[in-house]
Amino acid sequence: MKERLQSLKEEALNQIPNIESEKALQDLRVKYLGKKGQITEVLKGMGKLSPEERPVIGQLANDVRDVITTAIEEKASELDQIALQKQLEKEAIDITLPGRPVQLGGPHLLMKVIRDIEDLFISMGYTVAEGPEVETDYYNFEALNLPKGHPARDMQDSFYITEDLLMRTHTSPVQARTMLEHEGKGPVKIICPGKVYRRDNDDATHSHQFTQIEGLYIDENVRMSDLKGTLNVLAKHLFGEDRDIRLRPSFFPFTEPSVEMDISCKVCNGEGCSVCKQSGWIEILGAGMVHPNVLEMAGFDSKKYTGFAFGMGPERIAMLKYGIEDIRHFYTNDIRFLKQFHRA
Amino acid sequence: MNLSVNWLKQYIDLTDITTAELAEMITKSGVEVEQIHPKILDDDKIVVGYVKTCEQHPNADKLSLCQVDVGDEVLQIVCGAPNVKEGQYVVVAKPGAKLPGNFKIKKTKLRGEASEGMICSLDELGFDEKYIHDDYKDGIFYFQEEVSIGEPACPLLNLNDEIIELDVTANRSDCLSYYGLAYEVAAIFNKEINLPNPEVFINHGHSKDYISVKIEDEEANPYYSAWVIKDVHIKPSPLWLQNRLISAGIRPINNVVDITNYILLEYGQPLHAFDYDRLGSKKIVTRPAKKGETIKTLDGVERKLAEDHLVITNGENAHAIAGVMGGEESEVRDDTTTIILEAAYFNPRTVRKTSKDHGLRSESSARFEKGIDMLRVKEAATRAAQLLSELANGKVLGEIVEAGETKWNPNAVTFTHNEINQKIGTTISVNEMKSIIERLRFDYEEKDGQFTVMPPSRRQDIEIKEDMEEEIARLYGYDHIPFTLPEGEFNRGGLNKNQQLVRKIHHYLQSAGLNETISYSLTTAEKSVAFVSPDVKQLNPKPVKLSMPMSDLHSHLRLSAIPEMLQSVQHNVARNQHNVSIYELGSVYINQEEEMSSLPKEQLRLSAAMTGLVLEHPWQGENKQVDFYTIKGILEGLLNYLEIDIELEQGELDGLHPGRTALIKLNDEAVGFIGQIHPNVQKDYDLNDTYIFDLNLEKVLNHYEQNDTYRKIPKYPAIQQDLAFVVDTKIKAKELEKAILKQGQPYLQSVHVFDIYEGEHMEDGKKSIAFHLLFQDENKTLTDDEVEKARANIVNYLEETYEAVLRG
Repeated sequence: MKERLQSLKEEALNQIPNIESEKALQDLRVKYLGKKGQITEVLKGMGKLSPEERPVIGQLANDVRDVITTAIEEKASELDQIALQKQLEKEAIDITLPGRPVQLGGPHLLMKVIRDIEDLFISMGYTVAEGPEVETDYYNFEALNLPKGHPARDMQDSFYITEDLLMRTHTSPVQARTMLEHEGKGPVKIICPGKVYRRDNDDATHSHQFTQIEGLYIDENVRMSDLKGTLNVLAKHLFGEDRDIRLRPSFFPFTEPSVEMDISCKVCNGEGCSVCKQSGWIEILGAGMVHPNVLEMAGFDSKKYTGFAFGMGPERIAMLKYGIEDIRHFYTNDIRFLKQFHRA
Repeated sequence: MNLSVNWLKQYIDLTDITTAELAEMITKSGVEVEQIHPKILDDDKIVVGYVKTCEQHPNADKLSLCQVDVGDEVLQIVCGAPNVKEGQYVVVAKPGAKLPGNFKIKKTKLRGEASEGMICSLDELGFDEKYIHDDYKDGIFYFQEEVSIGEPACPLLNLNDEIIELDVTANRSDCLSYYGLAYEVAAIFNKEINLPNPEVFINHGHSKDYISVKIEDEEANPYYSAWVIKDVHIKPSPLWLQNRLISAGIRPINNVVDITNYILLEYGQPLHAFDYDRLGSKKIVTRPAKKGETIKTLDGVERKLAEDHLVITNGENAHAIAGVMGGEESEVRDDTTTIILEAAYFNPRTVRKTSKDHGLRSESSARFEKGIDMLRVKEAATRAAQLLSELANGKVLGEIVEAGETKWNPNAVTFTHNEINQKIGTTISVNEMKSIIERLRFDYEEKDGQFTVMPPSRRQDIEIKEDMEEEIARLYGYDHIPFTLPEGEFNRGGLNKNQQLVRKIHHYLQSAGLNETISYSLTTAEKSVAFVSPDVKQLNPKPVKLSMPMSDLHSHLRLSAIPEMLQSVQHNVARNQHNVSIYELGSVYINQEEEMSSLPKEQLRLSAAMTGLVLEHPWQGENKQVDFYTIKGILEGLLNYLEIDIELEQGELDGLHPGRTALIKLNDEAVGFIGQIHPNVQKDYDLNDTYIFDLNLEKVLNHYEQNDTYRKIPKYPAIQQDLAFVVDTKIKAKELEKAILKQGQPYLQSVHVFDIYEGEHMEDGKKSIAFHLLFQDENKTLTDDEVEKARANIVNYLEETYEAVLRG
């Protein structure tokens, strides 16, 4: 019997490694370990054994059973692994196929520029002021030291609706309105973005509607050097720390002294190229110290208060920054244009 | 204004200053330089030559063989010009010379004859064709005045000049003349100035016998003088004068006209010369034009005058539009012998208005309208008379006939040295300030840092202390002003509540896949009243039209952004960009007055338009077309985000699909609309199915309340039930949803439609609608009985109220 059990064990252990399916393994289990299996069959002859031999053979039978069971379990686990492996292989996908897209929209480039400037000045303690796009002649011109018949009114030929009402030609009337709201008490620190309108035929460099963003700072003892410092912060924020600025005298009726600010040309680094018309400098904005007439008209004592104002065109800034060649792109709303500026 | 460096040298010594430095300093000190036009030609090998002999070329009909004396040698030159002649003083480019276009002159042989250089035409020398006199158009140039053989020719023709093109701002009319520019440059570089000191011999009879002058409107014409000059000989101006005009971009005509133009440039004083014999009377009367009066101006245009235009008349008819342009009738011509030279001061506003009305900006009006130097009218006229006698043999008659007067009574400008430094942020010393004011050549007094400045008549822009701040700062140098930041008290900046909310709305819409657009506020008359939301319409808005639009495309203010946005959609679709999702946040302009006299109400609205695919994932077969529910979902999402309850109510609106349109209602008040564009309108705009909404954002923002409260997560399980009913197709889902929610209280937390079915297996006019219901109690686990009771309530109510049949 002993030999029989030993040979069953060897027979089973020899067969197990060759088994390839769950089913065959199950059949083998039944064949050797089942209730009617071969080991049970052998043990049926236990009765013929001497009492001394019985426990020995019993023990042996149990050992053989355990060995075979273990081998079967190991094999089962191996087969599971193989099956899983096969399944995983079958489930493999082409990870290079495109994912389900998330439709993300985005801001208009001009709004992006405006927000950027708003946020910079908010960080310096400014608030954002807004005002009407249809204005009275008074706020658009007179309150800004541009009386009727003033030659500088030509600089901004306007769309009038009636003799007294017009599409604002700049965002400066918001400054006049905000100053009045302050009832002669400073400080006034505002940034005013918005749409403006001028009598121009739309072409690559002109648009009858465009945007502006202006800043105003009124307080006691505001100096021209403060304007210069503030504009320097702005220029570096917009165009990079490595840009230099220069101020040049200019003329605006609502400021005196008036300046224009240039930044050193990024293309040629100030050497002179076609972008900067060989000058090494690119004009960015107009600014100046608020004219005493403007202060007085808005109820501020010009002996006590001084201030500075500056204004720029987001279109120009965007065109310079991105090399956009045609101002009409901002108003055609071509999706291929709009989507280019949705990056974070 | 073109500034010729050669001309400027007449007044200022510029030997140690390069043109680039000059231009840079002019820009930095006050007048922007647009560009610098370089020298055309400056080559010593281009000289004056004398044509000693000129014979027919032995081998060529059209060529001449010339012996040309160029001073140190005689060159044989073959010349092809038909007008070359013996005895001419010509421009010779000697071998080694380089002409414009990199054209090198070499010794050569032409048809067998040696040619040692070239006799040049003006065109070959780089002259702009428009300035070439007819005499020289088809051949070589020759001097008609005395020149020396061998002398360099480029300076004689001013080809070695550099032109600085200036963009003079409206306040600096002084820089529209060499006189003013000489002062400016002298101030910048601290230089001496040599100005002309004109003198003229006046003693040729009594001008009063010839002319009288009368001013009818002294405000429009404070001063008028008429100089009578006899026996003028009209001929071309000398070369130097022609060169000056050409450098300014003015074409030389004849000596008289050229002299008036020269004075205009030198002094900034516009002058006009009338042909006395063609004036037709012995008087000049300046007066406002009469209604309906006309004049044919020098440019040949018949112009209609208005009562606020000033004209120069012979007592009857207009012979010039004051300060703008002369009349054709009394124009100076080749046979003119006696002229009346007008030197006057016209009111800037009158000239400005007149030139604007006629769309006629002349060199003359550009100066009058900004204000000329009123103390130098007479000096400028004297200089003109001097040149007329020197260059046109004119005899100037005595006793200038004049009327009115020029006054210059400036206010003294006072300031202290400290005030200026405080305002600019500098530490300029008193002496430095004094030296700056001296460089400007302003009369001033100073005591203990207290300054009193008397602005000169050429600087009418200096009126107040701030003007002097600018003068001192700009000559001190803006580059030398330090960088500082305001030292005022700290205050908190930021956005107000609505601004913050608007930014959040932008973020939401962009995250929802919409692209922000900016459209024109001005649109066509037709579009300005299209797609107007009922909440705007009920305000009964009247059109807002520009009084003088540039085009019909942008003549009226919009009442809705939708029409211009559809234009944008169309633009994209036409370029094969079929998937367009856009939104715009902007104003519409509501005017309720028939005769508009106050500002329209500007109302902030949110508009959106969507067309094409909302999801495109082709390899998985997921191409989802935008439909009503897509755009509605975005709108609902926004209002959920803002926690504002709106209702949609089926409605009809012009331009929208009648079965797919809804009014947006907030507290029973219309605040906008949503829907599909009407198929016919889609066709008009060349659009595919396009969905839009338009919302009164102002109303919505007013209803917003911040609500950042926390609700505990429920501890007890929720029970879900699905119910499906068969109902009439006309019954709206929202109505059933509301009914279910009400009947399911207190435990029903939410109800959602999850399936709709119509068609096969369904009776005509019926639909199946299925809901997910979620029951929950915050305080305990619900029992089956409680849920069953709620469910029965709901089913009973729907059966009774809507004849709904519960599906098994």
